[in-house]
Amino acid sequence: MGRQRLRLVAVLGTLVLALAAAGCGGDDDGGSGGGEAKGGGTLVFGTSADPVVLDGSLVSDGESLRVIDQIFETLISLKPGTTELEPALAESWEISDDGLQYTFKLREGVKFHDGEPFNAEAVCTNFDRWYNFKGSFQNSSASYYWQTVFGGFKTPEEGSPEDSFYKSCEATDENTAVLNLTKPSSSILGALSLTAFAIASPKALEEFGADEGKVDEEGIFQPTGSFGTEHPVGTGPFKFESWTRGDRLTIARNDDYWGDKATLEKVIFRPIDDNAARLQALQSGEIQGYDLVEPQDVKTIEGDDKLQVLDRPAFNVGYVGFNQKMKPLDDIKVRQAIAYGLNRKEVVDEFYGGRGEVAKEFMPPEVTGYADDVTEYEFDPEKSKELLREAGLTPPVKIEFWYPSDVSRPYMPDPKRNFEAFSASLKEAGFQIVPKTAPWSPDYLGAVDEGKAQVYLLGWTGDFGDPDNFVGTFFQTPQKAWGFDNKEIFDKLNEAEAETDLDAREGLYQEANKLIMDFLPGVPYVHTKPALAFQADVQGYEPSPVSLESFATVTLGGDGEEG
Amino acid sequence: MLRFVVRRLLLLVPILIGLSILVFLWIRALPGGPAQALLGERSTPEAVAQIEHQYGLDKPIPVQYWRFVKKSAQFDFGDSTTTRRPVIEELGQRFPATVELAAAAMLFSVLLGIPLGFIAAKRYGTAIDHASLVASLLGVSVPIFFLAILLKYFFAVELGLLPTVGRLSVLIDVEHPTNFYVLDAILSANIEALWDTLKHLVLPAIALGSIPLAIIARITRAAVLDIQNEDYVRTARAKGLAPGIVDRRHVLRNAMLPVTTIIGLQVGLLLSGAVLTEKVFAWPGMGSWLVDAIQDRNFPVLQGGILFLALVFVLVNLLVDLSYAVLNPRIRLS
Repeated sequence: MGRQRLRLVAVLGTLVLALAAAGCGGDDDGGSGGGEAKGGGTLVFGTSADPVVLDGSLVSDGESLRVIDQIFETLISLKPGTTELEPALAESWEISDDGLQYTFKLREGVKFHDGEPFNAEAVCTNFDRWYNFKGSFQNSSASYYWQTVFGGFKTPEEGSPEDSFYKSCEATDENTAVLNLTKPSSSILGALSLTAFAIASPKALEEFGADEGKVDEEGIFQPTGSFGTEHPVGTGPFKFESWTRGDRLTIARNDDYWGDKATLEKVIFRPIDDNAARLQALQSGEIQGYDLVEPQDVKTIEGDDKLQVLDRPAFNVGYVGFNQKMKPLDDIKVRQAIAYGLNRKEVVDEFYGGRGEVAKEFMPPEVTGYADDVTEYEFDPEKSKELLREAGLTPPVKIEFWYPSDVSRPYMPDPKRNFEAFSASLKEAGFQIVPKTAPWSPDYLGAVDEGKAQVYLLGWTGDFGDPDNFVGTFFQTPQKAWGFDNKEIFDKLNEAEAETDLDAREGLYQEANKLIMDFLPGVPYVHTKPALAFQADVQGYEPSPVSLESFATVTLGGDGEEG
Repeated sequence: MLRFVVRRLLLLVPILIGLSILVFLWIRALPGGPAQALLGERSTPEAVAQIEHQYGLDKPIPVQYWRFVKKSAQFDFGDSTTTRRPVIEELGQRFPATVELAAAAMLFSVLLGIPLGFIAAKRYGTAIDHASLVASLLGVSVPIFFLAILLKYFFAVELGLLPTVGRLSVLIDVEHPTNFYVLDAILSANIEALWDTLKHLVLPAIALGSIPLAIIARITRAAVLDIQNEDYVRTARAKGLAPGIVDRRHVLRNAMLPVTTIIGLQVGLLLSGAVLTEKVFAWPGMGSWLVDAIQDRNFPVLQGGILFLALVFVLVNLLVDLSYAVLNPRIRLS
């Protein structure tokens, strides 16, 4: 009985399994991979998310910038792998003695992807566009870099900065653009290498409504154009081809590029937000490279001879911050006691998989203004206790120590472990730790920003190779997170920012760093080198400290030697 | 029947209103807002105020709610704060992805679960029965992400048979008019794309279908065991009906009632998105979308997405109720 039934059932049951097992044409999912000769080919790169929009002036997220960097170019760029300036769309430049006028000699014979000529007028159209941003374009989550570098807009919206460094841009002839400022600023030249100041085709900006938007019934301006989503047109070595969100974004070689043409025919960016999934996709050959490798995966990748790991130079800082509004941290002796009580070397050696170095100031050594001779605080628990007693306190001294959950940052891959190790060493040094934690964003960041956290773990990744982007961000103005008001430091940083003589400027920042490390608003403890992973046959990718990396130099099908 | 359907549909109105108020208040009770989430380490009070103004979050909550209701009545849920795209457009991409995955997972679990449960019941007390019990226990208890990583390691990394991420190989170009990739491939008569997108479905469907598979197998087994001993089954056998016909017409059909309920519930759950499966397989569906939205305090996405899911959930339940009437004529829908 039931034999027939059983057979039918068995057939049904195995149908799905059979589908799974047989589902195997064998053709690989990924790019053209190994067999391909040098030159040509398609590279598939795993990203952590889709870009927001392909308009450099309106984004600050790494995934948008990564793609924009391939399609667009800036007046000044950085030597690959460094933070040193080099000419790009501008062949040379001059700064007037009063620091108010920047004259750029532009490269000739450059064309945008839509065939329009690149010239001084195009440059000025772009600068004027940024300065004239309206409505939601003035959000600091959109035009973050403009506001950081140039300040305000022509017609500031409610809440936007009032003053602007920008005055005007003149095209004095076909290939000379003159940028006029309202006051001197030493960080502008370096900042012009930022993707945010990449030059777009004026025709495409106009045609595809880059600045168009609708004003809804609440009077709120919303962008509606298709420039940044379907028609980003620049001068770079790759042209935009297509974008299906959640799936892929494709760029293709620009065969009319003015410089060395790309070898790859196409690069496809594929969003895979899970880290383990990115690693497996690399192992299975579906992607040929990915960024943001987790420190614990580095060994696995290095152990696979079909794969390779590339280092990105350190460009961040992880620190323990103090809020001096909360007693007893207003006492320098207590801050020193904490500094001597943090076993920073142990944390860096144990938890960063060999990719960290102990920090002694709030900026990485690659940045100008780094001072070699700041006060250092080696782990010394006895000295901590002594300092606490000098401050009139009896150990153990109670402090609230905050760390974030649900987050991994290059400067703290696993905040909880850092917290636990620091707590242990602080206990040894005469402190009693009250642990406090919250999900990273926005809870934790909110608590820190609003000055609710007494001692906390935080860090920063630089946007560009300028000291102002590190210590200027932290200490140039009073902030609730730090809770102090030290005029000497504020003045020194303001003076340094305004100084246009580069040597004098470096000296001022070095002095500022020394002041800061004596005043101890917090304790920097680590700079890390993030890692990228590639198939072994991918050659020519040069990691940059500020992640300004070009796919134009990349080739497939090398000999598989690690670079 | 019609009256039943109409009444159930009318019931949607108070459900949606109540839910929208709940969701609206809940997300605003979360600490922080979209502005802080967007700005991250770079947030300053001025920047936060500026963004809140832009999204109208500085207005009183009743005003915000009224604006939301007015707009959602026209299917305008606003723009996502992170991607700056209309929520309705993202929904149009995310939901088909979820439906496709849920359908594949259900297909896998129903086609395998019912026969498994049936065989186990038929072979009650034998090694087959015990094996199926153990297997279904495993199916329920193995964490999805772990199963997913194992499956990917075995089928993709080691054997190179199946892809590990996404819905379609990046080297295949096909138009997506419906965003149901299987359907899109069929519409464009692209065999390669169809084959490729089916291959992409296999591993996520198995990972996601493992839990419903186990549940369906167990419910089927229990139901069949129950019904086998009913009087009418004995009568059918006694009157000399072929065993196959008894099983099909009397046992299985009656056993399908509890199984349908379970399937309905599972479909509802699967349609609300499978966060872990979607994350591990980089599947751009509803689950990962909403979870990311919570983290980003993406109010427009949360409001629109959750309301839409509630609608789907209620409709699926309605369909399950209707299917009872088809399976069992004794049930009157009134």
